[in-house]
Amino acid sequence: MSTTHPTNTSASALRNLSLWFAVSALLCLFIIDIDISTTDPWAELGLMTAGALSPSVWSWPTLISSLANTFAFALQGVTFGAIGGFCLALGYRFALVRAFCAFIRSIHELFWALLFMQVAGLSSLTGLLAIAIPYAGTLAKIYGELFEEVDPAAANNLPRSGRNLSYFFYTVLPLAWRSMASYTSYRVECAIRSSAILGFVGLPTLGFHLETALSDGNYSEAAAFFYALLLLIGSLRLWLHLRLLPVYLIAVFYYLPPQATISWQLLVRFVSEDIVPTPLRGQSLYSGETLNSVGHWFNLLWQQQIWPGLINTLLLGQISLVFTGLLALALLPLNSSLFISRGRFMGRGRLLSGWTRGAGDSILILLRSLPEYLLAFVGLLILGPSMLPAILALGIHNGAIIGHLLGRYTDEINLRVDASRGATLYFYEVLPRIYRQFLAFLFYRWEVILRETAILGILGIATLGFYIDSAFETFRFDVALLLILVSAALNMAVDQFARYLRRRLQLKTTPESL
Amino acid sequence: MLSDRISHRPLFQFSDQTLHYQGRTVLDRLSLSIVAGERVALVGGSGVGKSTLLKALREQLPDQVAWCPQQPGLVPMLSTFHNIYMGALDNHSLLYNLANLIKPLPAARSAVEPIAKLLGLEQQLFSSTDKLSGGQQQRTSIGRALIQKRAIFLGDEPVANVDEYQGDALLQLICQRHQTVVLALHDIAQALSTCTRIIGLKDGAIVLDAPSNQLQASDLADLYGAS
Repeated sequence: MSTTHPTNTSASALRNLSLWFAVSALLCLFIIDIDISTTDPWAELGLMTAGALSPSVWSWPTLISSLANTFAFALQGVTFGAIGGFCLALGYRFALVRAFCAFIRSIHELFWALLFMQVAGLSSLTGLLAIAIPYAGTLAKIYGELFEEVDPAAANNLPRSGRNLSYFFYTVLPLAWRSMASYTSYRVECAIRSSAILGFVGLPTLGFHLETALSDGNYSEAAAFFYALLLLIGSLRLWLHLRLLPVYLIAVFYYLPPQATISWQLLVRFVSEDIVPTPLRGQSLYSGETLNSVGHWFNLLWQQQIWPGLINTLLLGQISLVFTGLLALALLPLNSSLFISRGRFMGRGRLLSGWTRGAGDSILILLRSLPEYLLAFVGLLILGPSMLPAILALGIHNGAIIGHLLGRYTDEINLRVDASRGATLYFYEVLPRIYRQFLAFLFYRWEVILRETAILGILGIATLGFYIDSAFETFRFDVALLLILVSAALNMAVDQFARYLRRRLQLKTTPESL
Repeated sequence: MLSDRISHRPLFQFSDQTLHYQGRTVLDRLSLSIVAGERVALVGGSGVGKSTLLKALREQLPDQVAWCPQQPGLVPMLSTFHNIYMGALDNHSLLYNLANLIKPLPAARSAVEPIAKLLGLEQQLFSSTDKLSGGQQQRTSIGRALIQKRAIFLGDEPVANVDEYQGDALLQLICQRHQTVVLALHDIAQALSTCTRIIGLKDGAIVLDAPSNQLQASDLADLYGAS
């Protein structure tokens, strides 16, 4: 008698989920526009390559000052973000605090900057707040989760089971401190990217000059600014030490004190009038006529902007997520000793393999250092306006991040001496073992990818950011605010869904350097 | 200190209570009382419920006991000084505790140093506890209990990681500093010499409860036999 045994493996649940994601991304690919619309993308790419090979600095003072501004905004932003995040993390067990943190981090730095610019102008205060606020939300989440994961034995063994702040500082903070410090220093790197990108909306950082040079086709100049950014990010670990931090802090606050000339009149007007939905301004709230016109206003917005923006953001986000995952899986061998020093394409002695692994990981770190916004901007110049550059940009940046982490994770795998090699090793031994971790990383990144997807709209891709940017440009702040809130709600919803999936699949829920 | 008036009323009392560990019944229908001034040793094979019983005792009088668990739960990156001081956090304000965390304050030092000296930890006072040996960590944990100046000491194998000679001295010290002592001990000789009352646990029940001066080591051997 022959019976077919139903599949009952731990891998099958993960495989099914992956299949659904892949199918959904394929379906999305059919709907959206991924055409290459420039007549000769290769020519543009050639010009860029030529520029990249011949960087030229037209003004050293400009380069140095924009580099200094980029670093100053980043360090100030992370400092205030860390202080705020720490305070919020102390109350992280309260649902209201968690919701507040989720809300402030669901709005991208660029949107915060666009909002603050309306009242504080292109000032140092705008740059500081735009980074500090969302970073406070992110850091609060990380710190809060680290505090919850600390081994409770130390607190439990104390007289009153550690329930006040003194206990916290003695038994929780010291245990969480190292992870907090390493995560926060990683956020400095992210903040430098954010800070550079703030230049695209006008703040005096590297992005400002990058955008100008790229738009004008001065690729040699752009290359100089670009290399400066890479150098800044790449050299961080050489000079940004905890002990020197006070020196740098004094320096950045002295160099770029956070200030702005805020006109109170303007601020009051902005809050009480500009961001109030147009049909509500100066009307009594409860008259039927007002409600009617608000309904009409919202309905029109929904049809023309919110719905198409939402759909495009979701479609693009979904494709980018799956592309990110595929790239991460393809890139991980670059940072894995299983493949670089044992794999088939190596095996010419340890010295060489050590070097190649360093080179492999450098590629990942380089790709990770590239801000996705900048990548998308460059992609648009080459490929023309469609969703393709956005997919590539999001995939490359996020895929490199996850690939780097996964590669490091494979080093913990202990293989038998008779394990296979090369592709067989990858698919039979490594992939099944890391897949759970891979999904955990990917779902962590989901919210980030979606938030990035929204802001890529500022570059002209029809996601929510496109409509938000247009609203700011036409001074319709009520519409801008509503759309920002919609994008925040979308990010929070996806974050919740990802959390649900992680729980259901019992994926590791602790954050790494993501 | 407890007054004589209440010293004959039981400090701890169980009547027909069942104790669980991780959902499993460990001690079934337990009846037991311990009065102030007693020095009780809990003996029995591993997994018999000594730790569970100690936890249950702690829960009865959480604010009166100095607690010394088997896993000391030290904060490894902090110094011996801070790990001992932690027992006294409640006696000071948050600001004082924070300042002391950054730089040990004179008053806190004069409270901790004598204890460290008694425990032979003065050389290691400002080393972090991840640099200490297992025995030194255990002494740090005892120090954390001593600084609380409580009347009752509950210890789960408090001297398991130090040699016999030191262990005896530490147990003497614990008995001097506390009116009532309840210890889980695997060393029968130590149990008999330190404590006034021996409670033997086996198969989820108390099978022996007698003054130690009426017992010999051979009486306790049965507790460890096959059930």
